[in-house]
Amino acid sequence: MLRRQFLASSAALLALPRFARADAAGWEAILTQARGQTVYWHAWGGDPKINDFIAFIGAQAQDRYGVTLEHVKLSSTADAVARVLAERDAGTTTGGAVDMIWINGENFAAMKGQDLLHGPFATDLPNWGLVDVAGKPAVVTDFTLPTGGYESPWAMAQLVFEYDSARLPEPPRSLAALQAFIIANPGRFAYPQPPDYLGTTFLKQVAYGTLADPSVMQSPVVDATYEATVAPMWAWLDAVTPSLWRSGKAYPANEPALGQLLADAEVDISFAFNPGRASAEIAAGTLADTVRTFTLEGGTIGNASFVAIPFNAAHLAGAQVIANLILEPEVQARAQDPAILGFQTVLNMDALSDADRARFTSLDLGVATLSPADLGPALLEPHATWMVRIGQDWIARYGVAQ
Amino acid sequence: MAGAGKAGVLRLAPALTLALLTLPVLAGISGTLVPAFASDFKGLRALFHWQGLPAALLLSVGTGVLATVLSLGLTLLLVASLYGTRAFGALQHLLAPLLSVPHAAAALGLAFLIAPSGWIARLLSPWATGWQVPPDLLILNDPYGIALTLGLVAKEVPFLLLMALAALPQTDATRRLAVAQSLGAGRIIGFVIGVLPALYAQLRLPVYAVLAYAMTSVEMAMILGPTLPHTLSAQVVIWMADATLVHRATAAAGATLQLVTVAGVLLAWRLSEIVLRAGLIRLAGRGTRGRVLDAPARVLAASAGALVAAALIIGLAGLALWSVAGLWSFPDALPQSLSLSTWARAAPDLTDTATQTLRIAAVATLAALILVLACLEAERRFALAPGTRALWVLYLPLVLPQVAFLPGLQVVSLKLGADGHWIAVACAHLVFVLPYVFLSLAPSHRAWDGRIGSAAAALGATPARIFWRLRLPMLLRPVLTAAAIGMAVSIGQYLPTLLIGGGRIETLTTEAVALSSGGNRRLIGAYALLQMLLPALGFALALGLPAVIFRNRRGMGATT
Repeated sequence: MLRRQFLASSAALLALPRFARADAAGWEAILTQARGQTVYWHAWGGDPKINDFIAFIGAQAQDRYGVTLEHVKLSSTADAVARVLAERDAGTTTGGAVDMIWINGENFAAMKGQDLLHGPFATDLPNWGLVDVAGKPAVVTDFTLPTGGYESPWAMAQLVFEYDSARLPEPPRSLAALQAFIIANPGRFAYPQPPDYLGTTFLKQVAYGTLADPSVMQSPVVDATYEATVAPMWAWLDAVTPSLWRSGKAYPANEPALGQLLADAEVDISFAFNPGRASAEIAAGTLADTVRTFTLEGGTIGNASFVAIPFNAAHLAGAQVIANLILEPEVQARAQDPAILGFQTVLNMDALSDADRARFTSLDLGVATLSPADLGPALLEPHATWMVRIGQDWIARYGVAQ
Repeated sequence: MAGAGKAGVLRLAPALTLALLTLPVLAGISGTLVPAFASDFKGLRALFHWQGLPAALLLSVGTGVLATVLSLGLTLLLVASLYGTRAFGALQHLLAPLLSVPHAAAALGLAFLIAPSGWIARLLSPWATGWQVPPDLLILNDPYGIALTLGLVAKEVPFLLLMALAALPQTDATRRLAVAQSLGAGRIIGFVIGVLPALYAQLRLPVYAVLAYAMTSVEMAMILGPTLPHTLSAQVVIWMADATLVHRATAAAGATLQLVTVAGVLLAWRLSEIVLRAGLIRLAGRGTRGRVLDAPARVLAASAGALVAAALIIGLAGLALWSVAGLWSFPDALPQSLSLSTWARAAPDLTDTATQTLRIAAVATLAALILVLACLEAERRFALAPGTRALWVLYLPLVLPQVAFLPGLQVVSLKLGADGHWIAVACAHLVFVLPYVFLSLAPSHRAWDGRIGSAAAALGATPARIFWRLRLPMLLRPVLTAAAIGMAVSIGQYLPTLLIGGGRIETLTTEAVALSSGGNRRLIGAYALLQMLLPALGFALALGLPAVIFRNRRGMGATT
């Protein structure tokens, strides 16, 4: 009996060569500890498809590991960050309310900078070996900040533009062409109001296309040269602003609001941080089936979404079990299915078994989704200081009524 | 001895109630003021450094004051020209359902109605307008806050009207109007000179609550208000939600400024009351009859009242239609296909969430009812009538901006380790439910004919027996109405639920607001409908139960 168990676990270890034996014992302990725990995952709750997907993960966690998952639906991730901060200020160093946060970029930088995170844990997860660290550097670099194992990736995202081919036969595929389109068609293009995440991402995309040397954005902002460096970006925006939707006197609030403008035919081109969004919406019957997507020549900005665990989480073991479960090929393939979510996977196809790889290759990506080859290169996120500075300057230039 | 002990508890009820209202508010405010002034006024300096501040402040004050003036004006116009008519009766029936519409749902409904790609434009396109795509018109989020002002008016008129209806019987309005009209005054002038002074005295605190709310509303300002810049209240919430956490002191400073602004505007409003009062006296002295005003006023009142009700109802109907819509492109007046998938997807969550919502509302309302009845009993038995100051305390949670004291309260509840539990949320709701229950129940309780009690006492009944066997059964209808209002208030609470619940307590309102950040009209429609349905059910019970219980008591059928 013992011998059979030993053989079985040896076989399991062979299947996961990068997972050392000592870690296996540690992971068993975590699994035992996690059983019966309830993990409170604080994640944005504004998209029913994502909410359904998190519910699916919860059902899997219950079946496989006896862990109960509660999705705390937030209207903003910062609510959870603020919550952990309030707990630390109140002296709650254990048994905190937040077990896990869907996080990236600024929130991660803020929490890591204030020592509010537990870790490193991500690199110790059994499924870490499947993650495509070499091919998708964004899974270990969050806005140029090395993640250091303090957050575990769960989905890749890339900026893609959406248009209704029934109204616009040929979309503008470069920044210069987009500028010409906006000026020739006043009121038919909008971007979310910075400091909204997608709105700022658009500004960074404009910076990538207009700056003399975009690679300077991989280092922190240098005050002395900043103004001259970003001047071409403001010139591009100054030229299009009078021709924007509502002449730039109002902006949509966020990605869903921009998507609604496309669905309502208020704009001809919108964009999303999810290459599968348009197909998923078409499949759900909420967007016209003539909508298609495109990216700009030279590539668009891409990054990864992560989960992190606060330093005072009450259910550390359970949270790690969930973080690992999300990296299961079966779960990742489900996330990539456009009928479910349409998120890009973080896994390395070459590291998967044939059966697991087939889960991905057999997916029908949907009528509006570009193939990985057509998607073009994913540009790295600039250093977080650029986002903050450009966001502030945008508010000073366009953000208070003239 | 036991009786004396009970009476002792009863005697303490008013003090206990006032403490329950003031302590959380004071604790919360101190929790807000400290970070605003801490670390060398960092928050205040950042606030005054923000270029948008003058415009945001002006917007908050401008939209708030204008919305209050318009709401009050329309309410008074409706009462003056239609009180006692059949149209007024029809409007009265719409009041409870309209009141129970949550602010966020009302704003979203309105937004879909008036947007360039909204329902009105769809109904008129392309046959009348020629629009194949929506026109590029700045109707929503306009820089002057016109859409926001109209939204606030549509939501506050039902509240003020309800308050006016509660106050009118005590002002002897019918006979005063009759006297004024017998002296030759028109309806409007007769009302202004004869009824308004007495009515306004009763309406003053509700008006202040509307003024404070209109200046500080968050949900409506986010959906309908301008964004370049936002109103101050919306900006405070945005700062609080900022990812980098560096703006939290700025947010606290903004909340403090908001508190000061509300106090300043209330003071200015009070001063203009005095000026207007002098004007009213001069008008009365001049003997103007103004009968020519009546006909146009009636037309104006009827059409404006109908417009407000229609905007709310049609807007919500639009949301309801979205909840079952498949693809619905511009300029189609109706969805191309209907589907129940939104409801099917939401159904499992809805039962859990609705149960939680009802549980919190029931506990908060029950506690509020017990406290209010105890206060009113104490008032009747020991002549402990609340002074003006106590009334102010009652309005404190309604007049103070929620943003100014709830974040502080959250820190306090964290320190007590009480947050995240539904009981803690129910306690926070109690602070907001109690005033409404008191305001709704007190007039009926005070109007109860004391001679019935004297007769019972003469027959040997104890005060407790009089309460349980006579007063409470006779007041069943107003008690149930107060309970329904309390439930509606609790169900609509967003910020207290979110902050004290630590995000773990999901109610229909927190779900609806989280969903509205995603802009999904279909799901918002489903949640908004349910959010209205629960309070509407409460109001239906409050109307229906007494009718069933008193089916054999003809005299009880007529009491209101």
